[in-house]
Amino acid sequence: MNRSPLLTLRSMTKSFPGVLANDHVDLDIYGGEVHALLGENGAGKSTLMKILYGFYRPDSGEIRLNGQPVHIRSPHDARQFRIGMVFQDFVQIPAMTVAENITLFLPDLPFVLNQASIIKRIEEVSERYGFKVNPHAPVWRLSVGERQKVEVLKLLLADARILIFDEPTRSLAPHEVDGLFQVFANLKRDGYALAFITHKMKEVLACADRITVMRRGKVAGTIKGSEATESSLIELMFGKQIEEALGRRGETPADGRKPLLELKGVNTRSEGMAWGLKDVHLIIKPGEIVGVAGVSGNGQKELGDVVLGLEKCTKGVKYLHGEKYTDWSVAQVRESGVAFIPEDPLGMAAFPWLSVQENMAMVNTRMYSKQGGLSMDWQAVRSDLQASLERLEFNIPPFYVPLGFLSGGNIQRMILAREMAHHPKLIIAFYPTRGLDVQSANSARRILSTSRDQGAGILLISEDLGELFNLSDRLVVMFQGRIVGESTPQEISMNEVGYLMTGSKGENKKSD
Amino acid sequence: MIKAISEMAFFRNRRMAGLIRFVGLFALALMIFAAVLLVFGKNPIRAYWDIFSATLGSSYGISEVLVRMIPLILTALAVALPSRIWLINVGGEGQLFIGALFATWGAVNFTNLPAWLLLPSIGILGFLGGGLWGAISGFMRVRGWASETISTLLMNYVAILLVNFFVFGPWKDPESANYPQSAPFPDAAILPSFFGTRIHLGAVLAIVGLILFYFVLSRTRWGLEMRAIGVNQEAARRNGISTSRYIILLMLIGGGMAGLAGMGEVSAIHGQLRPSLSPGLGYTGFLISWMAGGHPIGIVAAAFLLSVITSGGDILQMTHRIPAAGVHILMALILFVVLARRGGKPR
Repeated sequence: MNRSPLLTLRSMTKSFPGVLANDHVDLDIYGGEVHALLGENGAGKSTLMKILYGFYRPDSGEIRLNGQPVHIRSPHDARQFRIGMVFQDFVQIPAMTVAENITLFLPDLPFVLNQASIIKRIEEVSERYGFKVNPHAPVWRLSVGERQKVEVLKLLLADARILIFDEPTRSLAPHEVDGLFQVFANLKRDGYALAFITHKMKEVLACADRITVMRRGKVAGTIKGSEATESSLIELMFGKQIEEALGRRGETPADGRKPLLELKGVNTRSEGMAWGLKDVHLIIKPGEIVGVAGVSGNGQKELGDVVLGLEKCTKGVKYLHGEKYTDWSVAQVRESGVAFIPEDPLGMAAFPWLSVQENMAMVNTRMYSKQGGLSMDWQAVRSDLQASLERLEFNIPPFYVPLGFLSGGNIQRMILAREMAHHPKLIIAFYPTRGLDVQSANSARRILSTSRDQGAGILLISEDLGELFNLSDRLVVMFQGRIVGESTPQEISMNEVGYLMTGSKGENKKSD
Repeated sequence: MIKAISEMAFFRNRRMAGLIRFVGLFALALMIFAAVLLVFGKNPIRAYWDIFSATLGSSYGISEVLVRMIPLILTALAVALPSRIWLINVGGEGQLFIGALFATWGAVNFTNLPAWLLLPSIGILGFLGGGLWGAISGFMRVRGWASETISTLLMNYVAILLVNFFVFGPWKDPESANYPQSAPFPDAAILPSFFGTRIHLGAVLAIVGLILFYFVLSRTRWGLEMRAIGVNQEAARRNGISTSRYIILLMLIGGGMAGLAGMGEVSAIHGQLRPSLSPGLGYTGFLISWMAGGHPIGIVAAAFLLSVITSGGDILQMTHRIPAAGVHILMALILFVVLARRGGKPR
């Protein structure tokens, strides 16, 4: 590319207490290109983009826009400079229509709104870039993929030229990812600059023109998408070749054993947009991994919560270790040897303002208390945590700092270590590798397959079909709160699962 | 040392910042009230000096400030304890009245019990009265029927009317001309006072309450679980901590603290149940708890300051002919600056 870059970052440096998040990072972004930022968790990708969008101020460094040095002090400034960002969690008001949501975002609205002209513009832009979003539809009716398109529309109507996407494919179904990449291509054609953060290799190879790999706060290298290969990217990301560490399935020893968990005809309430469970039958035996495939929001969360005892059955019976446990409390279920690895550790499992060891104690406060609860046995907490971390080969963080001070990946590792500390009999794993970098994801998968080999039963809920096929002994597919298919990875193809997940009738569907 | 730090995690880092905030807010409120006094043609420096010298300038004045601090510390604890898991208990006043009502029932019905038996009994009754009143709100919150903020506030009025019903009706002392008040407590039901002042045994309850509050939160399993709920309720539930149980329990114990305050007032100060039992002690306790951010030392300091201010109201009336309610302006100002500074959240 001989043109001058649209946006130039020079020597950007940003440190947080104890961490140098960005260390003299240089980056050029051109108009008409898709620029991928690839790296492990904590490599500094998000920090860099948040500086660009005005969330953080850099300690030093220069941002130039069309060659002019600019200061971006707030997201408001960033929008003035026609930089827009699409977040992982969309900022939308579900009860309002697409058009109303977009209107809210637009700068300099007149006192009296001209909705018709805005709708016309939405339609024009959607037409041009192939969005197919109905401006009159209320947002709560839209799928995650459509809502993401609404976010992009917002930015386009507000005249952004540089669009930043923070892990845009995180919650999309496979076919929605393809749709997003098509949008990328259309925008690129019209000279928009696109930057997206990811740690999924395949996506980068599928759509990026240029790829900047970050490692520990520095740029490890920038290469053209057409010249990149999976192994060259991995080498840039980690600086060394890492072994392919997926657990290979052995023969299934589980066949003759008594079920560890059994759900019989379980129904739950449906809440808001999510589907409640409908007549779910499920058996997990010791020593097997049962994978649950499905587009998120089709009852997987409810399934995990029902097994954990958090969600009550409106109908049906559940058995755990051969006992009926339909009415057990979460504490009873947990203490009977059930571990829970959540999709969103910060929201669902961690206590950011409590120290690392206090977080560890939370898994069973009764066991770690002394004198009937008058004090806590921190010595035992620490040694259990230490032992668990060593077994998993994780780094040992300081135990006295608040957990929230650790990086996202480290928080997830701490939660894994906590949950695995007491050799659980049943593990509910909710998107266990979502948001993890390749190395951590591999070690998380290894933990699951090792536990399975040692006789634990595992309910693995995931959207990563590759992961499900690799790890599971049996697969079930959920759609709209029902189990619509059950098979083994050997007997069903990814395509068939994909069809079942999206509710389409596959050619040779193997359900019911 | 590191261990000590970790155990202090909850209160850490708040101490210095808390003190500065405390003093600054207070000075701001005092300055605004000074402006109000100026508008009314009073000399604010004289007024403040009079308040100061009358309350802290003599041993009698100081003892009266301490007497007023007793119920204030207890009602502040009634707010501070549930606030650890984000429950907003505005019902200290009502819980105090019901505590006094229960204690009175014990005192006037078991007149021939000896003091060593009667005093603990009315103490327990006071705690139970306030506790049950609070627990009702906790229960309604758990069932999803009503927010505890609304229900505790509304139940204040019910509690006061209930006390009125008894003192105007069935419990009215036939020997008091026509005053709405219960029969006087027997001597065995009067909390003993110390040093020839009105400082009574309730002071010990307040101090023990403060120490327990600190100890339970920072050292015990229950404190850990409460802090966990306070930090992340969703994660706490998924770790098997029953939030419903804590909601009811903390409303019960918190209400019980306010009930003890009511018991102390009716037994040691009034010696009988009257509708004029409390000049808003429950509401002032709310203010104190929020000023202190739930910190035990802060509660003592804030209770001291507000005790001085409320005592000062009487002094302003006597020496400057400003209505005693005038200090309510000052208290409202303090509430405003506290809420403004925190954005309405006690963290």
